[in-house]
Amino acid sequence: MNRFEYVRPATIAEAVAAAGAPGAAYLGAGTNLVDLMKLGVLRPQRLVDVRRIAGLDRIEALADGGMRIGAAVRNADLAQDADFAGRFPAVAEALLAGASAQIRNAATVGGNLMQRTRCAYFHDLASACNKRAPGSGCAARGGETRQHAVLGWSAHCIATHPSDFCVPLAALDAVVEIAGSGGMREAPLAEFHCLPGDQPARESMLAPGELIVALRLPAAAAGFAAHARYLKLRERTSFAFAVVSAAAALRLADGRVTEARIALGGVAARPWRARAAEALLAGAAADDAAFRRAADAALTEARPSGDNAAKIELARRIVRRALLLAASGTPARRPALPASPFAAPEDGDAAHV
Amino acid sequence: MAWPISLTLNGVARELVLDDPRITLLDLLRERLDLTGTKKGCDRGQCGACTVLLDGRRVNACLTLAVGCDGAAVQTIEGLAQGDVLHPVQRAFIAHDALQCGFCTPGQIMSALGLIGEGLIREGGAGDDAERVREGMSGNLCRCGAYAGITAAVLEAQRTMSEATEAAAA
Repeated sequence: MNRFEYVRPATIAEAVAAAGAPGAAYLGAGTNLVDLMKLGVLRPQRLVDVRRIAGLDRIEALADGGMRIGAAVRNADLAQDADFAGRFPAVAEALLAGASAQIRNAATVGGNLMQRTRCAYFHDLASACNKRAPGSGCAARGGETRQHAVLGWSAHCIATHPSDFCVPLAALDAVVEIAGSGGMREAPLAEFHCLPGDQPARESMLAPGELIVALRLPAAAAGFAAHARYLKLRERTSFAFAVVSAAAALRLADGRVTEARIALGGVAARPWRARAAEALLAGAAADDAAFRRAADAALTEARPSGDNAAKIELARRIVRRALLLAASGTPARRPALPASPFAAPEDGDAAHV
Repeated sequence: MAWPISLTLNGVARELVLDDPRITLLDLLRERLDLTGTKKGCDRGQCGACTVLLDGRRVNACLTLAVGCDGAAVQTIEGLAQGDVLHPVQRAFIAHDALQCGFCTPGQIMSALGLIGEGLIREGGAGDDAERVREGMSGNLCRCGAYAGITAAVLEAQRTMSEATEAAAA
């Protein structure tokens, strides 16, 4: 690990000023950053520890029925917040489907958005990677691509964003609050992460020095609480990144879908909002035939980026099953295995396999 | 340059001076404080052998920069037993043969202690749900494959500890 300067500001203004210098990086828990620094993938000259900034660790219910989550709130604390989990159960389920209990106890909400891809070639200094070393090429093309994109990728980069948490956030119109030297601004989470294009090193809309200070879930997102699920397919039952995942949230009336929200994980450089599929479900009967049509619509634009065409069919099936689970209702009690596909739609219960 | 930090380490207040901000909590414990019960397995947050309680919550010490722990309370495996009297989680691991080589055991025990203190009981009456224990312990790998014993030990320790809490409250 390279040497670095460590600073611990007390206010957002101090943090933004400290992080304005070239080579500076914000430090949350470090569960991803410290690992990448040990590997030499990242070599920041200055770490700006944001965990002691007053107010950044608060979960607040807003007067309009929405909620605001400080960027330094721990993943586990948010998932276990009864008020939050009651209003946004699919978000809590996605949080609990991510990483391990130890990592969730440390990792922050802001850090989750800013975590780096788990593309093995990005992590391997001997491999070409346009994200790590712009212009060097992409060793993932023609390599092992099970964890790689089938949507929104480019010839320059086929990496995926690994977050579970961000998938239901994108579906539910979460907003990112950003502080910079010029003051505050906001951005929709579904557009916060950049698609690679010809500049895969640029991963989010944050300008250098800008800091995520909070996430906001709008009041309307709580209207899906009765029918909201997250479903994640992975190579083992727990503590693994998604091969594909989906968040599905429905508002139902008289057996028909009033409004649908769908987003996919593990398929692109950003959590992938499936608006065409949502539009197709609006007003449709809440049945398997409609859910199959929606799943097809969600993957219309999908193309394999390597030897990963199977992910497209897997994603279709996961979208359909997430919709079936959502339609059958948010379980009153959290399943033993959050977001596991090893569950029958009718009972929502799951078991290790 | 020096970075002073205060820690409450296994209940004892310690004032320490770090000579490098790169030191992880794991290396601080093992290399500077001679507390080698906490193990270094993968050093990447994947195996859980380095699990300690930081302000009462289980975390991977290998991914935690010590300089950021200023003011924190740290509990390690060395702080569990009271003299010769083992902690209920330690007793349960022995009773259920929940180890073979023992390398992962300090991390397993600290993780179990964290698990019992957080999710399971709060989920309400999950005392006998082995599935919740397996999910809750998935951040700790055991290459000997002692998982069946570990699951049984965590369930028993949870029962023992909740009975003790109820007895104390009565």
